[in-house]
Amino acid sequence: MSTALSISNLTHSYGNRITLEDLSFSVRKGEFFIIIGPNGSGKTTLMKVSAGIEKYQKGRIDIFDKSDRRYSRKELARVVAYVPQTFPVDFPFTVKEVVMMGRSPHLGMLGFERDHDQKITEAAMTFTQIDGLAERKMDRISGGERQRAIIARAICQEPRIILLDEPTASLDLAHQIRIMDLMERLKEEKGVTIVMVSHDVNLAALYADTLLILKEGLSVGMGPPREVLTFENLEKAYGCILLVDQSPLGALPRITPVPRKFIRVSREKKQPQANR
Amino acid sequence: MSLLFGVVLCISAAFGLSLGSSRNSFQEMIRSVMGKETADPMISAIIWKIRLPRVLMAALVGAALALGGLVFQALLRNPLAEPYILGISGGSAIGAILGILMGLSRFPGVGLLAFLGSLSTLAMILLMASGKGMLKKDSLLLSGVMINAFCGAVIMFLVSITQDARLHNIIFWLMGDLSLADLHQVGILAALLIPCFALLFWLSHTMNLLLMGKEMAQSMGVNIVAATVYLLSITSFIVSVTVSHCGLLGFVGLVMPHLLRMLLGSDHRILVPACILGGGTYMILCDLLARSLPGQGEIPVGVITALFGAPLFIFLLLKSKT
Repeated sequence: MSTALSISNLTHSYGNRITLEDLSFSVRKGEFFIIIGPNGSGKTTLMKVSAGIEKYQKGRIDIFDKSDRRYSRKELARVVAYVPQTFPVDFPFTVKEVVMMGRSPHLGMLGFERDHDQKITEAAMTFTQIDGLAERKMDRISGGERQRAIIARAICQEPRIILLDEPTASLDLAHQIRIMDLMERLKEEKGVTIVMVSHDVNLAALYADTLLILKEGLSVGMGPPREVLTFENLEKAYGCILLVDQSPLGALPRITPVPRKFIRVSREKKQPQANR
Repeated sequence: MSLLFGVVLCISAAFGLSLGSSRNSFQEMIRSVMGKETADPMISAIIWKIRLPRVLMAALVGAALALGGLVFQALLRNPLAEPYILGISGGSAIGAILGILMGLSRFPGVGLLAFLGSLSTLAMILLMASGKGMLKKDSLLLSGVMINAFCGAVIMFLVSITQDARLHNIIFWLMGDLSLADLHQVGILAALLIPCFALLFWLSHTMNLLLMGKEMAQSMGVNIVAATVYLLSITSFIVSVTVSHCGLLGFVGLVMPHLLRMLLGSDHRILVPACILGGGTYMILCDLLARSLPGQGEIPVGVITALFGAPLFIFLLLKSKT
């Protein structure tokens, strides 16, 4: 199967602090690829480097079998879209204006949109179910709606890969599922390759075709959730006690963190409490 | 919408031509502009030699300053940023005064020194505000205010060691003055500024993308470094051109972009032309007020713009804190 994104021997550092070390992996075309790992493991840096926003010191990145250095910035923007963790809303554009900005890599310098671009913009807003909000200002809608607007903007770029940095952080459960379902639909209906950083291990287990666990810039494990989400791997990455059993939804792992009080109780009573 | 702004600009220009300390009627102004003989040749001379250059100058300078504010606000993502408040006008004023004291001609000598002055204050502000590479709202304003105060002190120093006839010139020019405009000067100003206006319009969609944050702008194909360098140097250039010709005209870059953003939204492809027309109109009206207020002689137009602008700045600051 062909490769969408291939990372080989990638090393990146901020000054003396190494954030990614000799990292190699590849993302297959059309898969849902999720990167998990503790804070400071280099997930965000990996996203930025892949999006061409952050420079790296060593290694190489290939996007659809072409080195990233051979893409111009505009060419890259037509292949790879990026949804950052945070974005400013201090100059409130309307939702539609923001979504339409996604067309800019396809436009001339002045960026006046034609009918074709209007249609793509409207389709992206319908796809993300924000078409009713078109004329609303970005600072007057909810966090979940804002996130969907930013994703619709990425869809407007008509990319072959979408990189998302924790798109479900700070959203409620309903919105988390909504965003994840949206990305799954994008993968299935349009064949877009999804690469996502997630802080939510359970959500990642439910959606990922392939999972990469990062710790301090190194890969702890990579593969389908069932193979990678073992308690050994997870405890190595997160450094805390975690229970892994099967999700009630099917043959997928479910991860339960174990609070300290349960550990203490089990020691005092000398009884296994794992079933709680 | 832009048609409306154009009409407003024309109407205020007409007022600017027909009102003044020597009274004459609107019809006579029309006759004179159309090239017909007026009853009194003096009126024709006043309109052509004094008022017309002045109105044109005001329109150009107002447009330039409003655009300056617009660009700084977009680039620094701070609605309170403005060349005057950030001390960039002050920096170019220092350059310009040095030029005047050295006896250089207004163009290109004084203008060049003013440009150098504005570039160096810009560099200082960016260095001071970017402690960790981030342009934070308050640190930016604070360093701008400090630089502005410092520039003020240097200007006062330069003024106080000047003893001769140049003193009155400098002081009046400093307060923001359009009364010395002549058609030759307007020509130079137009030749310098209008290409810059076109360039900024060309970059207006890039400004939109920049407002979505550096990372997102880059991921949508913007070359951040190049765009920032272009925008900052064009803006410093137009600010220094206006300062070297008309002195310090504060807060125009704050009032107009803010007002227009409230009316028209945040799309810079609309805001850039709107600021050119709106800034011009605003300056013509301020100048009109400056020369028709009763008093001995004229009030420098910079005084008027600051009288309107400073309270608005305070209002915006209070609003942004809540």
